[in-house]
Amino acid sequence: MNREKTRMRVIKDWVFVAVVATLSFLAIVPLVLVLSYIVKNGLSSLSWEFLVELPRPVGEKGGGIANAIVGSFLLVIIASLPAIPLGISAGIYLSEREGGRLSFLARLAVEVLHGTPSIVIGIIAYLWLVIRMGRFSALSGGIALGIMMLPVIVRTTEETLKLIPDSLKEASLALGVPYHRTILKVILPAGLGGIMTGVLISVARIAGETAPLLFTAFGNPFMTWNIIKPVNALPLVIYNYATSPYPEWQAIAWGASCVLVGLVLALNLTARIIARRWQVKF
Amino acid sequence: MKEQRKIHQDRPMGKHLVAIFLSFILMPWSALAVAKQVELVGAGATFPYPLYSKMFYSYWKTTGIKVNYQPIGSGGGIRQLINLTVDFGGSDAFMSDEALAKAQAKILHIPICLGAVVLTYNLPGNPEIKCTPNVVADIFLGKIRRWNDKRIEEINPGIKFPKIDIMVIHRSDGSGTTFVFTDYLAKVSKEWHGKVGSGKAVNWPVGLGAKGNTGVTGLIKHLPGTVGYTELGYALLNRMPAALLMNKHGKFITPSTASVTRAAAVPLPSDTRLTITNADAPDGYPLGGFTWVLVYREQAYKKRPMEKATELVKLLWWMTHEAQRYTEPLHYGQLPEQAREKAEKIIKSIIYDGEPILQ
Amino acid sequence: MANLFSSKPKVLSRTRGLWAEAAFQKILSISALAILVLLTAIFLSLLIHSSPSLKAFGFTFFFSKTWDPVSSRFGALVFFVGTLLTSFLALLICLPFSLAISIFIGEYFREGILSSILKQVTELLAGIPSVIYGFWGLFVLVPIVRNLEIKLGILPYGVGILAASLILSVMVIPYAASISREVIALVPSDIKEAGYSLGATRQEVVTKIILPYAGSGIMAGTLLALGRALGETMAVTMVIGNSNILPHSIFSPGNTMASVIANEFTEATGRLYLSSLIEIGLLLFLVALAINFIGRYIIKKVSIRA
Repeated sequence: MNREKTRMRVIKDWVFVAVVATLSFLAIVPLVLVLSYIVKNGLSSLSWEFLVELPRPVGEKGGGIANAIVGSFLLVIIASLPAIPLGISAGIYLSEREGGRLSFLARLAVEVLHGTPSIVIGIIAYLWLVIRMGRFSALSGGIALGIMMLPVIVRTTEETLKLIPDSLKEASLALGVPYHRTILKVILPAGLGGIMTGVLISVARIAGETAPLLFTAFGNPFMTWNIIKPVNALPLVIYNYATSPYPEWQAIAWGASCVLVGLVLALNLTARIIARRWQVKF
Repeated sequence: MKEQRKIHQDRPMGKHLVAIFLSFILMPWSALAVAKQVELVGAGATFPYPLYSKMFYSYWKTTGIKVNYQPIGSGGGIRQLINLTVDFGGSDAFMSDEALAKAQAKILHIPICLGAVVLTYNLPGNPEIKCTPNVVADIFLGKIRRWNDKRIEEINPGIKFPKIDIMVIHRSDGSGTTFVFTDYLAKVSKEWHGKVGSGKAVNWPVGLGAKGNTGVTGLIKHLPGTVGYTELGYALLNRMPAALLMNKHGKFITPSTASVTRAAAVPLPSDTRLTITNADAPDGYPLGGFTWVLVYREQAYKKRPMEKATELVKLLWWMTHEAQRYTEPLHYGQLPEQAREKAEKIIKSIIYDGEPILQ
Repeated sequence: MANLFSSKPKVLSRTRGLWAEAAFQKILSISALAILVLLTAIFLSLLIHSSPSLKAFGFTFFFSKTWDPVSSRFGALVFFVGTLLTSFLALLICLPFSLAISIFIGEYFREGILSSILKQVTELLAGIPSVIYGFWGLFVLVPIVRNLEIKLGILPYGVGILAASLILSVMVIPYAASISREVIALVPSDIKEAGYSLGATRQEVVTKIILPYAGSGIMAGTLLALGRALGETMAVTMVIGNSNILPHSIFSPGNTMASVIANEFTEATGRLYLSSLIEIGLLLFLVALAINFIGRYIIKKVSIRA
């Protein structure tokens, strides 16, 4: 009777592993499906002209996503300029101060900001910038994206810097190096890998965001480098063209999806490589 | 001595980074300095979007002026004009008297072209079907649920309808096309008038919503059994069928630029705000409508430069004159003579600081 | 000391140094403060701009299913139901998969090539932009759902609550899996080894020791994934059917709080219309906040226990 029971338990064990393994790898299936679908449909649209031409009017063949690529690039730059310095400083502050009311509240604020839906941030950018400035612009879209980058940068900076042993900081201070130089020239460079990883991941996250751009960047069929004008962006192209009935537009949406996914994956990969090579090793 | 050299080596790296940073910041701003040319921003109706995108593309090619028009729906066009975030709005639904009164300054409606709202559908073989006003109303009220309903079959003898459910597609955004369509339904069906009413966005009794004329057409194109309303050009450009509608005189009319133009042969008020649905014209298509560009009469608001106002007026003049040749090939109706005269008067009444811009 | 840092007299450099110290500390604390201020400003803006509809509708806003721009009467019930239905259904669907992944990586294969493949894949899943999921969902998932509906004899829209939940569940797997994985790995080895030394099989250790111990942490992970699902906009907007009617089955089209804002924001003519949409945004913000808090609180308790 005992042998029966044991056999049952062993069988259950094997079945369990099988089920867990199957379910885990089944979860990969959607990823493979999505990526292969995009590549299959989008590859045919990709060409040099596609990347450098402007979109054509409705129903006409040809055209490209040059202005969307430039627009996405502008948006990322506008988002990063305030978000990176602010995020890193706040991250340094939080890693240095464990307790204290400001630390606690700021950490809370970062958590909440991270969990805020992107569409709500879009509403805020519309209320604060678009209405105030009286126009749609790359600036308002960029600021919305910057607000979304902040929590990720703060969090990764704080975690990276916490990994650096205190002995390094104390050694520097003991040598008479002023506090600000210790942080800027000793601690930060030590944690540069982790911080850069955080930056790259946050850029990858916002490069694909559409919702905040709907009422800020607005879209633009022409090329523009002007940040106070409306601007086109890769996710906007995909959203607008995907649901259209025109086959030419759908082909463009596929091509743009290819470019966007390629960009995001490349950023993530780079982030991971940097994280591994520039790990904080002490 | 050696230690001193090591410390100084740290600095150049920082300088380079700062230089790269600064050049990124300055680059877009320098573009600002270079590109002093006027650019106009408009938003609104998806109804005329195929036409506008062609018009503005060739305007750019010939004059170099960029006109950025985003099809966010007529409601969006009006809202953004009121918020002063765009230079002009596009709408197939003219603003009501109350809405105009609430606006901070006088808003003008300039008619640009005629369009037809068509009933498009996805059935096997895509036969040409006929519809009466009551049948249309009842489909959209959810009272007729299957394609092989008796009432549809009796007005379409000879067509074999499949035994499938009708899926209604309507607009999910604030749409002038919806306004024209519901205006028609409210005129022909008392029940619709009482239950739902007309407007850019209504409380639809049944159906699925899609964004923009593009969304509606896209959904119907891929979903068998659907029916919805969209602009003629969208249906034709995508080789989709358009139903024949029975007009006031009992005739089944095929939607086309010609039949819509016939329906538009009615006296227009001087501000051109009129719907031409269920028109009196004997051979007129009952679901036609104008589409307008909306601008403020006094252009010197919020420190707008005179050049912007001038370019806007030039654009409007061009759209109502030379650009009319783009309408027919894209299945829009040209402005009838009457409408064009009224449009000219309205454009000439646009002022900057009290002075008319166009002489 | 002198030749290492400056050739100027020590006294001058020290006072300048002190000033730089204070300034630096100030900059750091101001940055932290700035984030706090930012969040408060966001909340206040949402509140202020929702006040017209808060005043006009009050509590009936939450229970009314009328969303009528013509008569300016607005109620958010349809969107609540849509959001809750899709999010919970998505969680239900994703739970077996995310749990499996976290058990697999957290217990069975902590190192090695299989685990790193799974880890990479899970992170990639999280990295794909939402709009691309929506695009794929529209062209691949929706026809599949439609075929299912045809077989079941239901109105074959294809788009609807079910399609949205399916797409959402794929997007949420990485979030549910990552937290659960960490919590499972945190389970102290001594109680696991106690189980093994008593002769328990792997499966028994997992189901009877690890899962109950990590249970609240896994729940926290699920909650956080829920928070993510609630705010998801693009993919859901593209496949949910955008219909402002109360869904009566998972095959009905519907609408969520995030997607109604995305669809109708730029064109909400009328103060009450716009303010109602912003009020929905405020609600989204508050719900996401609450869920985040609860989730993090549970995680903190779990890690303290470990």
